Amino acid sequence: MLSPADLQEPVASAALSGPLLAPKPGRTAFCRAAGLSLAALARLLAGSSVRWIASQPDTCQRIYFANHTSHLDALIIWASLPQPVREVTRPVAAKDYWSRGIFRRWLAEQVFDAILIDRTAIKVHQSPVDLMLREAGTSHSLIVFPEGSRSVSGEIDEFKSGLYYLAKKRPDIELIPVHIDNLNRVLPRGEFLPVPLLSCISFGPPLWLERGEAKLDFLARARRAVISLKE
Amino acid sequence: MNDIRTIALITGVLALLTAVTAVGQFLKRHPDRGLDPAAVRTFNLRIRGWWVLCTVLAAAFWLGTTATVVLFGLVSFWALREFITLTPTRKGDHRALFWVFFAFTPLHYLLVGLNRYDIFSVFLPVYATLFVLARVAFAGDYKRFLERTAKIQAGLVVCVYCLSFAPALLQIPIEGAGAVGRSANFRLLFFLILLVQFADCMQYVWSRMLGRRLVAGAVSSNRTWEGLVGSATSTALLAAALWWAAPPFQPWQAALAGLVVATMGFAGGMTMSAIKRDRGVKDYGTLVVGHGGVLDRIDSICFAAPVFYHITLLVTGAGL
Repeated sequence: MLSPADLQEPVASAALSGPLLAPKPGRTAFCRAAGLSLAALARLLAGSSVRWIASQPDTCQRIYFANHTSHLDALIIWASLPQPVREVTRPVAAKDYWSRGIFRRWLAEQVFDAILIDRTAIKVHQSPVDLMLREAGTSHSLIVFPEGSRSVSGEIDEFKSGLYYLAKKRPDIELIPVHIDNLNRVLPRGEFLPVPLLSCISFGPPLWLERGEAKLDFLARARRAVISLKE
Repeated sequence: MNDIRTIALITGVLALLTAVTAVGQFLKRHPDRGLDPAAVRTFNLRIRGWWVLCTVLAAAFWLGTTATVVLFGLVSFWALREFITLTPTRKGDHRALFWVFFAFTPLHYLLVGLNRYDIFSVFLPVYATLFVLARVAFAGDYKRFLERTAKIQAGLVVCVYCLSFAPALLQIPIEGAGAVGRSANFRLLFFLILLVQFADCMQYVWSRMLGRRLVAGAVSSNRTWEGLVGSATSTALLAAALWWAAPPFQPWQAALAGLVVATMGFAGGMTMSAIKRDRGVKDYGTLVVGHGGVLDRIDSICFAAPVFYHITLLVTGAGL
């Protein structure tokens, strides 16, 4: 569903080279209410307990990166954040899934304020990483799933390189590892009816790209940070 | 007459709770008594749990039979959630689980609410079981088939079927209770819960004081034969002393019920311990950090409720 860049990023393009987009007009009260009730419903259904491990919720600009196990992932992470943080946090989602049908599009655009990435038309001059950073501007946080797509085996797959380029282009943004436990049993791949089991969302301490850290080293470190939240 | 008994029972329980709360707070304020502070903390948590239990029960009683059945239904739902979360299931079980949660559990409680003992006594153990077996087979994953279906069935029976016998007590016609039959039935349910909680405590106390021989050390490191016998005896004595509160019982019948309830509660605790040990966890769920889960609180009631229900049926002659 959600995916940061899964392409090789051209090194030349700079994150904030283009003019910043004007901030989107505020969402309507109805959409806010829909968001609130949807968040409450999702948390009730997925019985999610939220843990902040050596980490605190904050409205500063962040990128939450998580393992991807279910269609509910982005919604549940978004719902697990406190309301003020949720206001400034935008999930990054796949356009092919979320712009299909009026309801889904309305949810993505109006309720979650998602950044939709076209996975089929990834081009050098229109790279997803640039798009994400442009949309995030200087105040929004992002939710990304660096595995690219939902894991089939239940294990956490290798991370795609998008997270590295995000970190490289915006070294000032905190990267928060998030581990999602048991949500794949609530709504497994290929199912559309959820089973209300209990899940657990763990937020870990922030990490940054070290000076001169190689891409593969960084991605492996980020992946370990997610895995370590499993206990 | 009946209402005087209800008031007496409630007053007695409130007085007892207040007393143990005072003791708990005293022990907390004076840590120099040479008592294990962890044990004192557990004790105080337990007391808080009882207050919550009493408040919720009182609210449900006040709202009536339907509210009580719904309350127990929600507790069952949550306990089943914890149970299935802890037992590994495969993707092939997903659809079956969906039906278990959203169709069988609510339907079963609907039947309990409608007082259809003839149907609800077989609905889950027969029809839900057959459905789960067939649905998992239809899903096409035969790996460890019996093991997986048995897990779902065990969850349904313990968390839903057995627990539902507690609110079903409200539907047993009690002779001579007349117009205030409802309060007599509520007293019966309260009597059961009181006995189960008391037996749990007595088991702990006797095991601590005299415990020598563990029943199964690998499963539970604090449940002893001495605890079982002591708890069964003291619960029987309490039940006999409170026989006036439970309408259909003579003192000896109440004592027998207390004995059986304590033994079954003990068995329930052992069973849940075994499951938890196998899964390598200490408590079910993380509803409130440090409190364990719903299932930890109700395991004894789940095991004791059906047998108490049937003893009551026998005594009232209302069936069997």
